[in-house]
Amino acid sequence: MLLVIAQLQTHQRTGATCVAENGFCPSWIEDNWDRYVDPFTQHVVLTLAPVAAGFAISFTLAVLAHRRSWLITPVTSITGALYTIPSIAFLFLLQPLTGRGFLTAFVALTCYTLLIIFRNVTTGLASVPAEAKDAALGMGLTERQLLWRVELPLAMPEILAGLRIATTTTVGLAAFAFLAGAGGLGEPLNEQRFFKSNIVVAGGLCVLLAAAFDVIVLTAQRIVTPWKRATA
Amino acid sequence: MTPQLAFLGQFGDAIQFIFQERESVSGGVQIGGLGEIADLTATHLLVSLVAMAAACALCIPVGLWLGHIGRGEFLAISVSNVGRAVPALVLLFFFLAYLGIGFTNVASVLFLLAVPPILTNTYVGVRQVDPEIVDAARGMGLRGVQIVRRIRLPLALPTIFAGIRISAVSVVATATIAPYANVQTLGTPIVEPQTYGFSGGLGAAIVIAVLTLAVDAGVGLIQRAVTPKGIMLAREGPRRRTGLALPTRRREPAL
Amino acid sequence: MPALFGDPPVVTSVDSPTELGQSPHSRAATLEFREATKIYPGTAGVAVDGLSLEVPAGEICVLVGPSGCGKTTAMRMVNRMIDITRGDILLDGDSVKERQPAELRREIGYAIQQIGLFPHMTVADNIGTVPRLLGWDKARIRSRVHELLELVSLDPDETLDRYPAELSGGQRQRVGVARALAVDPPLMLMDEPFGAIDPINRERLQNEFLRLQREMRKTIVFVTHDIDEAIKMGDHIAVLQEGGRLAQYASPAELLMEPASPYVERFVGSDRALKRLALQRVRDIDLWKAATVRVGEPVAAVRAKLADSDLTIPLLVDDDGRPLGWLSESALTGDTVEEKLRSPADPVIDLDDVLRDALADLLTRETRFAPVLDEDGRMAGILSLDVISNFLLVAPNESRSGADLVNQES
Repeated sequence: MLLVIAQLQTHQRTGATCVAENGFCPSWIEDNWDRYVDPFTQHVVLTLAPVAAGFAISFTLAVLAHRRSWLITPVTSITGALYTIPSIAFLFLLQPLTGRGFLTAFVALTCYTLLIIFRNVTTGLASVPAEAKDAALGMGLTERQLLWRVELPLAMPEILAGLRIATTTTVGLAAFAFLAGAGGLGEPLNEQRFFKSNIVVAGGLCVLLAAAFDVIVLTAQRIVTPWKRATA
Repeated sequence: MTPQLAFLGQFGDAIQFIFQERESVSGGVQIGGLGEIADLTATHLLVSLVAMAAACALCIPVGLWLGHIGRGEFLAISVSNVGRAVPALVLLFFFLAYLGIGFTNVASVLFLLAVPPILTNTYVGVRQVDPEIVDAARGMGLRGVQIVRRIRLPLALPTIFAGIRISAVSVVATATIAPYANVQTLGTPIVEPQTYGFSGGLGAAIVIAVLTLAVDAGVGLIQRAVTPKGIMLAREGPRRRTGLALPTRRREPAL
Repeated sequence: MPALFGDPPVVTSVDSPTELGQSPHSRAATLEFREATKIYPGTAGVAVDGLSLEVPAGEICVLVGPSGCGKTTAMRMVNRMIDITRGDILLDGDSVKERQPAELRREIGYAIQQIGLFPHMTVADNIGTVPRLLGWDKARIRSRVHELLELVSLDPDETLDRYPAELSGGQRQRVGVARALAVDPPLMLMDEPFGAIDPINRERLQNEFLRLQREMRKTIVFVTHDIDEAIKMGDHIAVLQEGGRLAQYASPAELLMEPASPYVERFVGSDRALKRLALQRVRDIDLWKAATVRVGEPVAAVRAKLADSDLTIPLLVDDDGRPLGWLSESALTGDTVEEKLRSPADPVIDLDDVLRDALADLLTRETRFAPVLDEDGRMAGILSLDVISNFLLVAPNESRSGADLVNQES
């Protein structure tokens, strides 16, 4: 960042000279702002859709595995493998099946989030105090009521932490979506690799998006778990 | 061809690319075959290794010491948060635009990528060591450095290696885009479709996938090997039901 | 099946918790264990072995025994947290095995040692859990929560919106009890509910609970490992031994007086005679009569009184009848009584004192007898070591339980 600031101070020029000298040109950015709107929108979709789908799948799996612990190992192994395989590779491996475009990127990014969310939901559910469960059952809650009224609320901090991690990492990975023809902020980044202003804008938007999602989920976490702030 | 054959056909083509040389799409150059794959893999692993070694050399001692004296928690955790928010591609292109191409630059990007998991995990792993154990050690007369070396380090090793594992996978995955900086790794066929064609890219993708899984498994084996036996026995109990990397109460931070 | 929750207890205001006990709809259930057995497959073996006992409505039955004797298992069989292998448990004459577990448990109050408050809910929401399950409307739940918090001596406005993490151990314990009472269940199961509290507060909570029980008159199964707590809390005590066998089922006094086996005798403790003394108050036993004299009384009258009394030494009292001291012989040499004391009237025993404390006083002051005073400070009689040892020979059904004792304090 110091480099950027240095450039900012020493290259305050407008127009073609700035671009030609490949400095950081605020006026160019002003003029060419709309080039980034589409990629930005695509990037947002490329983040939210996989995270939503990944959450839906993993959450369901984790709830199923909660009462059938034999499920945990196989699910962890599979989602773990999907997590380890680099998304870039995945983007290619899927193309014979799903072609180029949004679908491939969507599937690849969704697969990446599965392990993170599954693991966090499972850990969250496992960390519910045993006496709270005993008391709940003893008072007459059914297994289903126990899950929804006691276990899941108490697992929320862990679940939302996983959601936070999944979201921010997906923002980063969505930058590669252009390799499968799915757009995103990686596209403008790649088109003018050496043009500093471009890098700063596209890259900056990426980072800001990640930070924004981070803050949103963090705030949601604060709102949903008021009891965490209470101490004797 | 029916869709299934075509599907196989593309994979078949890609696998062929891995093992057999052929003419490039744009013509004139020989691409593919085990020789080139081996070369690309070598560079890929080299740049990854350099980055990992540097990251470990920096982060483990720093993390150990910070964890031992109990300071810098904010730093250790923030490093992770910031690290997650900056995507690898952005970082690489940033370096590219401002610092140019070259092996060192790529290694630096990978180094920066590798730091957060290792630093945070080392710090947390050391902090998680039961303070009573450290107290007993102090009571027996061990000094700071000795405590770190003989007590904190071995007990924190599983967590540290979990961090190394995460970093290694990240680094190997990201080394794929090194070709943007003129370092020819297994990503080369991917970023140069005009030369290598889709089958080239797919072939490279297969190799990358296999390589990453192998690295993950490999580091996992090392993790097992260096975990003190006593810890293994203590952990095996609850771990048995949760499988691979699934954390239990005393868990590695999910990064 | 009687409609236990057809209507709520009639509450006219939140300031009158006693209306609870008088509500026409609040009733206590009878409970019967009929050869109830629990066998775990494998090496664990028999946890409860043919337990048979009846708990009358409105009484506290304490299950007591060493760890591993099956007392908690037996309790948890009642609300089907543990399934019955053989035999049966009847709630108001109906087998619990035929009830839906969740539905059954909503009729039974459940309080466990670790309390198990839900960390993510406020105190109000915790207490309101079962009412909400049963579909009570918000206003009714709110007033009920208020009522219950007052019942357990917690300030409703202070505690309603707190989270469990903000409460002290004792407060949490009370909320746990309030939560168990939420729907005014006819039966309560309590597993060492005061176990996690320090001894001082535990005694306070025990006394408060006994006072509550006096008003509510619920049927309660109470599990503890502490024989002293069992004697204090129980109307009937079931002593269990390892292997889940019932060693004796009797009232506290009977348990102390006539242990059924060497095991029970050992378990109750070699100081069981002393334990009995804790169950009795001075006012309930026959005190000795003393000759109470005032200064200036004619000596002849004194001699007549002495002949009538159980002691050979007269007690000097003041004009209000308060004891001043034991008269020496030299005070009776003249025509009228003079104020010459041989010893002060120490210690002075209160009519409401527990016999054990009174005995302790006597022994500390190294006297054989002491005057007993009522609330107004007037002479009620003389307590002596002989009186106490006579009491110990009294039949058990004539002596009271700890619960009765505490309830008379209020």
